[in-house]
Amino acid sequence: MEKFIKLTSTVVPLPIENVDTDQIIPARFLKATSKEGFGDNLFRDWRYDKDNRPIESFVLNNPTYKGEILVAGKNFGSGSSREHAAWALAGYGFKIVVSGSFADIFKNNAMNNFVLPIAVSDDFLAEIFQSVEKNPQATLTVDLENQLITNNVTGKSEKFTISAYKKECFLKGFDDIDYLLNKKEVIEAYEKRNS
Amino acid sequence: MGKTLFDKIWDKHVVTQVEDGPTQLYIDRMYCHEVTSPQAFEGLRLRGLKVFRPKQITCMSDHNIPTLNQELPIQDPISKKQVETLDKNVKEFDLEYYPVGHELNGVTHVVGPETGLSLPGMTIVCGDSHTSTHGATGALAFGIGTSEVEMVLATQCVFQSRPKTMRITLKNRLKPGVCAKDMALYVISKMKTGGATGYFVEYAGEAVKSLSMEGRLTLCNLSIEMGARGGMIAPDETTFEYIKGRRFAPEGEAWSKALAYWKTLPSDADAEFDKEIVFNAADIEPTITYGTNPGMGMGINDTIPTLEAVEESSRTSYLKALEYMGFQPGEKMIGKPVDYVFLGSCTNGRIEDFRAFAQIVKGKKKAKSVVVWLVPGSWNVVKQIKEEGLDKILKAAGFEIRQPGCSACLAMNDDKVPSGKYSVSTSNRNFEGRQGPGARTILTGPPVAAAAAITGCITDPRTIC
Repeated sequence: MEKFIKLTSTVVPLPIENVDTDQIIPARFLKATSKEGFGDNLFRDWRYDKDNRPIESFVLNNPTYKGEILVAGKNFGSGSSREHAAWALAGYGFKIVVSGSFADIFKNNAMNNFVLPIAVSDDFLAEIFQSVEKNPQATLTVDLENQLITNNVTGKSEKFTISAYKKECFLKGFDDIDYLLNKKEVIEAYEKRNS
Repeated sequence: MGKTLFDKIWDKHVVTQVEDGPTQLYIDRMYCHEVTSPQAFEGLRLRGLKVFRPKQITCMSDHNIPTLNQELPIQDPISKKQVETLDKNVKEFDLEYYPVGHELNGVTHVVGPETGLSLPGMTIVCGDSHTSTHGATGALAFGIGTSEVEMVLATQCVFQSRPKTMRITLKNRLKPGVCAKDMALYVISKMKTGGATGYFVEYAGEAVKSLSMEGRLTLCNLSIEMGARGGMIAPDETTFEYIKGRRFAPEGEAWSKALAYWKTLPSDADAEFDKEIVFNAADIEPTITYGTNPGMGMGINDTIPTLEAVEESSRTSYLKALEYMGFQPGEKMIGKPVDYVFLGSCTNGRIEDFRAFAQIVKGKKKAKSVVVWLVPGSWNVVKQIKEEGLDKILKAAGFEIRQPGCSACLAMNDDKVPSGKYSVSTSNRNFEGRQGPGARTILTGPPVAAAAAITGCITDPRTIC
């Protein structure tokens, strides 16, 4: 898995709250048996009309906004546990999602696919939207090592939280299964104690 | 200090605690369905692994399957392939499986409790956010993603950060004509869609204690709709009576031993929760949603909130939701025509839901303008419907009963609500496009759904009984 340390990018703003995973990837696209190709259907019903024509007003169809960072309103990723939502975001090319808060299951799913969810304060989030509205070329810098996100227009930074374990996973490209597979003896000992 | 129900089960299942990281939690039972498992099985194959504890995994197809003519091959080739992939995976990894048409097949969260596979004190996971349902039995149950399904297949463990605990107490009793679904929608409308994010909820209080097991399953099912990791209810006599004699429930000496343990599980009197919230159950009316998340709910006779009543930062999202639904701020919902009615899903596909629906439509006729889908949650529910003669009541009123599956709850099969049409649905989500692209969903309990099926419009069921 690709390692992640520091990233500066323009952003794609989506100032909508409570974006649920049914919007990120609608249920009818969950029928695949691999993890590939979900990016094409990211935000499908906001992005295309029923005749599959791009809806111009939707931000992913606006060539002004590009980047590896999606910035969305609070409570992003609510609803269904479908990991397909994380596969769709990763498949489209997003490496980071910034929001006021994230639904728990989505947060785990995103991290398990090396998409970094960063929760920021309401004020910091509002300022990002303002910066991008004024200048679509506005950038954010995310420094994972120091757990710092910077709005390069205002120069303001905010510290974000991530567990030391997960940070290590991102920095080194490990996943949870690699770790758990090394714990088989501990698991068997647990089972013995509780049988 | 005493321990909560959650603490007792969580602590017992901790294998290791990663320093400044997640807990490695042991999982007693995992359910797998066809949608969120194929990539997990593929992951095992790529790593050359076997399923670590196959006896603790139960699989069934439910999301994609048709609710008519299940005996015939699935028409949609992609759905068919996904179901067949699960067929192949359970064979290759030698797992317990209830395929389409099997007597134990149905919606996972209906089948688990009713077969006695989900028991108090267990840790239960499934690649499905409504796994919280099983918490009604006094289990610690939560939904996980596909990577985590792979972890459990490979090691019977998941990594989870320890959630905070919240107790939601519903004091007093529900008024007549108000059901568990109304209670859940009421709580979510107060908590809002992300209000319990980061918490595991225990429901308590007289109104919860007095619910049947079916009602408790409905209440816990919807916990995720306010963002909670899961919901649970302390096991009591109602729980034990429900479980006893079920197909996979412990028997004889094992039953006595289990029962003694289960009785130690309820939260201690001096246990402290990170958050306590109290509602008066007697305040709850039959509840419906008007927007595009389950937190946008109100009493059936209320008016949709005006724009001024909504926080300024949320107004754009609020107007987007109402525009999608075709509703105006400040207007009433009562009397609005509906096109579709859906009774079913892991929320309201149980026998009690069919009883409630049948009781209201008995001796009346289905409105001609409405398409009604009655989808039992399992073959066991179908059997009970017949045994109790509910099928005759429903047929006489002009309804047909379909075959079990998730159906119009998420419209992965053919049960799709067309664009722009209104659906009164007993399911769990009113998100945009949830029941089909452009479909407009109004969440309710079975009584409001039954009333709408008879009158063709949003109707307070208490006015037509």
